Amino acid sequence: MREAFVDTMSRLIEEDPRTALVLADISAAAFEPVALKHPDRVRNVGIREQLMIGVAGGLALTGLRPVAHSYATFLIDRAYEQIKLDLAHQGVGAVLVSVGASYDGSTAGYTHMSPMDVQLIDTLPGWTVHVPGHSGEVAPLLAAAMPHDDPVYLRLSTQVNDIAYADAHLLRPVRHGSRALVVAVGPMLAPVLEATRGLDVTVAYTHTPRPFDTTGLRALAGSGNVALVEPYLAGTSAHVVSEALSDRAHRLLSLGVGRVDLHAYGTPADHARRHGLDPTGLRAALTTWL
Amino acid sequence: MAVIEVEPLLTRLTGDEKHAPSAYSTLDVLWVLYDRVLRVDPDRPDDPDRDRFLLSKGHGPAAYYAVLAARGFFPPDWLDDLAGADSPLGHHPDRLRVPGVEISSGSLGHGLGLGVGTALGLRAQGRLAPRVYVLLGDAELDEGSNHEAIAYAGATGLDTVTALVIDNQSASHGWPGGIASRFTVHGWTAVTVDGRDHDAIAAGLAQAREGAPHVVVARVEQKGI
Repeated sequence: MREAFVDTMSRLIEEDPRTALVLADISAAAFEPVALKHPDRVRNVGIREQLMIGVAGGLALTGLRPVAHSYATFLIDRAYEQIKLDLAHQGVGAVLVSVGASYDGSTAGYTHMSPMDVQLIDTLPGWTVHVPGHSGEVAPLLAAAMPHDDPVYLRLSTQVNDIAYADAHLLRPVRHGSRALVVAVGPMLAPVLEATRGLDVTVAYTHTPRPFDTTGLRALAGSGNVALVEPYLAGTSAHVVSEALSDRAHRLLSLGVGRVDLHAYGTPADHARRHGLDPTGLRAALTTWL
Repeated sequence: MAVIEVEPLLTRLTGDEKHAPSAYSTLDVLWVLYDRVLRVDPDRPDDPDRDRFLLSKGHGPAAYYAVLAARGFFPPDWLDDLAGADSPLGHHPDRLRVPGVEISSGSLGHGLGLGVGTALGLRAQGRLAPRVYVLLGDAELDEGSNHEAIAYAGATGLDTVTALVIDNQSASHGWPGGIASRFTVHGWTAVTVDGRDHDAIAAGLAQAREGAPHVVVARVEQKGI
């Protein structure tokens, strides 16, 4: 996904003089060719993430469309107040593009993990959040985010599904059943499909958890049983589902990354297993709940 | 416009103003900026080629509001209901509610980063005439975010940026070696002036040179004295 971002972003800078990119060293080498051609619109501020967002806000105040990019933990966690105040509170937007989703950086430990990034962004009004599950979804999502001025968070991961679904802004059913609706966000689709094999459930996929497709949710949740499987903190979208279904009896199971600092390394697959997000763990949780 | 026109307006505001010392500390610098320096027009507040003034030190905006009202950005009647339930004027300014206000501020340490981005955005669009002025307080410099912006603006020679630091010696641990040195070590030009001397402030602002950002440290009486 990171390569797709670099390729698409470089093309967009070439094509649209309103586009600007702000970096904080991360991926600077990959963007060097386009930075040399457009030094006024591709800026590496060094390892200064607060400034990166402040600069993005200032660029937007002059009418440009800024994109800021780094690891999620630095882009979102460290610069949270700048995101809160230097963008939407000023009446401007930006596109924030992260890498290092949740436990992608498992060998680096908790300092390089941000499973809470989407929940942090979700505390702020008006944001669109894209969580692509395949590199083929990155280019259309990024290109669509550029012509307007609203705030957009694009969360890239090294965990991927087998198939790209460009049309998954809304809940897209990929398997039909009657006992429950299982919503898989982004790269959770592949383990969810494996975990639910043979179960009588509907599996619906989305790469855009904000705004959440509540209309589709209501239409697909006829059984009253909804399981959310998100690749970031468990329960991040629970409040949206609860509100959307507040007029009918329902049961909600929220699966995702646990609120725990594991103090552990290993592979992303190791961390998925520890959080119960591998196919075995997901199947156990779903069948117990059903 | 004469400063005597602003002082009665400022007096109207002080009823519930919680930061009166910080409001008055900025008055003369604001006066000089809006009277002699800034190329801004209340009839064209969105002119893309206007100078930008960013009040980073959003605390105590009474003087700022009074000067904006005196310059005609909004009716002086607005001053009579500071921070009221229906008032657009709060104890920290909101750019979406107050004409002429370039940034919403209050939380310290945001203005200089936004100012650097604004200057870069103008440059990227070929708008080389507008200058970007950012007003900070000496205590506000405690925020590390300022130093990210100081270092980057200096390293890149962002010469359309001018910072003004109101020094009323309110930083908890002071600035050993002087405030100006915090900027000059990163390549800024700097001058320290009497923050109540209008001619000195104007002369300090005029010392900005091509190739480097500029800072004017305006010393005023110590806060609380």
